[in-house]
Amino acid sequence: MSILINKDTKVIVQGITGATGLFHTKQAVEYGTKIVGGVTPGKGGTEVEGIPVFDTVSEAVAKTGANASVIYVPPPFAADAIMEATDAGVDLVITITEGIPVVDMIKVKRYMEGKKTRLVGPNCPGVITPEECKIGIMPGYIHKKGHVGVVSRSGTLTYEAVHQLSTKGIGQSTAVGIGGDPVNGTDFIDVLKQFNEDPDTYAVIMIGEIGGTAEEEAADWIKENMTKPVVGFIGGQTAPPGKRMGHAGAIISGGKGTADEKIKTLNAAGVKVAETPAVMGETLISALKENNLLEKCVTHEV
Amino acid sequence: MNIHEYQGKELLRKYGVAVPNGKVAYSVDEAVEAAKSLGTDVNVVKAQIHAGGRGKAGGVKVAKNLDEVRTYADEILGKTLVTHQTGPEGKEVKRLLIEEGCDIKQEYYVGLVVDRATSRIVMMASEEGGTEIEEVAAETPEKIFKEVIDPVTGLMPYQARRLAFNINIPKDLLKEAVKFMMGLYKVFADKDCSIAEINPLVTTGDGKVMALDAKLNFDSNALFRQKDIIEYRDLDEEDPKEIEASKYDLSYISLDGNIGCMVNGAGLAMSTMDIIKHYKGDPANFLDVGGGATKEKVTEAFKIILSDKNVKGIYVNIFGGIMKCDVIADGVVAATKQVGLEIPLVVRLEGTNVELGKQILEESGLNITAADSMADGAEKIVSLVKA
Repeated sequence: MSILINKDTKVIVQGITGATGLFHTKQAVEYGTKIVGGVTPGKGGTEVEGIPVFDTVSEAVAKTGANASVIYVPPPFAADAIMEATDAGVDLVITITEGIPVVDMIKVKRYMEGKKTRLVGPNCPGVITPEECKIGIMPGYIHKKGHVGVVSRSGTLTYEAVHQLSTKGIGQSTAVGIGGDPVNGTDFIDVLKQFNEDPDTYAVIMIGEIGGTAEEEAADWIKENMTKPVVGFIGGQTAPPGKRMGHAGAIISGGKGTADEKIKTLNAAGVKVAETPAVMGETLISALKENNLLEKCVTHEV
Repeated sequence: MNIHEYQGKELLRKYGVAVPNGKVAYSVDEAVEAAKSLGTDVNVVKAQIHAGGRGKAGGVKVAKNLDEVRTYADEILGKTLVTHQTGPEGKEVKRLLIEEGCDIKQEYYVGLVVDRATSRIVMMASEEGGTEIEEVAAETPEKIFKEVIDPVTGLMPYQARRLAFNINIPKDLLKEAVKFMMGLYKVFADKDCSIAEINPLVTTGDGKVMALDAKLNFDSNALFRQKDIIEYRDLDEEDPKEIEASKYDLSYISLDGNIGCMVNGAGLAMSTMDIIKHYKGDPANFLDVGGGATKEKVTEAFKIILSDKNVKGIYVNIFGGIMKCDVIADGVVAATKQVGLEIPLVVRLEGTNVELGKQILEESGLNITAADSMADGAEKIVSLVKA
């Protein structure tokens, strides 16, 4: 088991003929992901890498039975692309695109209200269920199949965490990048809920960063509901206030969103927080030991 | 992206939001001319820098006649203002806003922000104008009123009325206040603001509701469709290294330390700063080269780091995903060949094409210290810089 995606997920790629879209489509196919089609308006009827291209998402869905879409279209057109996928009724839209105006995302969120489609991202690495399905830009080979769920606001920091786990023999059930933008689709709590319900996930590592209060809200939820051990990390402990650290969402403003506050709240909710990014894996292992889960979570030899 | 107060007011005026008459001045003579043409008895001389807290730092003065305008303009222009938002080095004043004085009856606060929790634009208002709104929020949060705005309808008049009633705007000025708030929202939504803060919003003796100050901040992701806003950019207000970095689409923030950092990904870049601090070192910058960096981009990034005279050592920490380690290695080698390297360099490579990257660095003959992990690299660079 896993969450969000698995070996049966059928994926279409919006923006498949662009350089980024095409590169990562090839990588995903190599990994074993079922990429069933692509969408580029005006290029319907053609093929790339043996994958049929359609003019519209609804046509692609009708012809291929796709239930997920991944978006690589450039920022000015990305909001429209998300809404088109939602309108076509796919279950999951994963938006990799970085740099979508926040006003556009506010409209997207409003548009998606009451509809069944779940959005992951934007500005995220994507989602991977190791050895089954990879949707996004993460390097596939660092991931190993297993029982630790990973959820993160940052791309490369997720790779760092996954790498630390895999090199210690701990595989992952699913790794979800929720993205670094202030307005995004799926949040920490949505993912934690699913990990909590997934019988194959035994523990979770949650990677946050400065800015906003998503980690604090997640901490409250964990305290009330989570039955599995969660460890955390917060990036940006030394970031100065008022400076945006790359991600649009990573900014301490008006004294809110500091790492200290987040770490304090997480600790109070029983979440162990790794002191440095170098010990995310170790911190998880110590939590597994405390909960007698280590043996069950060791999935491969290193 | 930030703009000056006078530019913000110019924009507000276009949207029918009331602001005092005023003119920008780059010299003392221009300041006096501006005051003459305004034709009012009392004028306010305001320093234009991209930071708040100007009043307390002596950057805002009320002039009762033209002589005083000259005196104050002379005093403020060229002065370095140090406020809680400028950092200890302060900011030099190069522009002034000369504005007509007005008869203030009462001060309020009105602001718009993107609220992450609701994924909506929220308008906030308070009777406690003129002070730091963060203080009001911390001490008397019940004095801040909020309206969550539906993007389909925009701010509705009933919401603006409710805010106006809540903050006790006099009933005879209700219409004016509603018009003000509706206009402010329109600017925010049309121009892709990320923050619009009017502090204070004032009511005047002659029955006006207007913005005495204006702090507008824009979503840099939306500048591609806001050509007129880009025109407002003032490069004097930005760090030269940050300007250089933005030309190459690099995300760079200048800091006070002496260890230059080059990292891919914002989260990893932030965490690299953290781990350097953890080993008692001091990062000189935040630098995310991004996912799709080319050899040229990496070379430029390296040059920007080296252009910082405080830098005594460099730490390159890369976890290749889309970013390939050999591209980073090529860029590092090319840059050091172009500009020379006399300080310690620690490189940690992991991820896509890592072996190829390591090989390029080894064969380059450069004096590079390799690191096995993020922590190992941080420890090494800190000790090399201290040696």
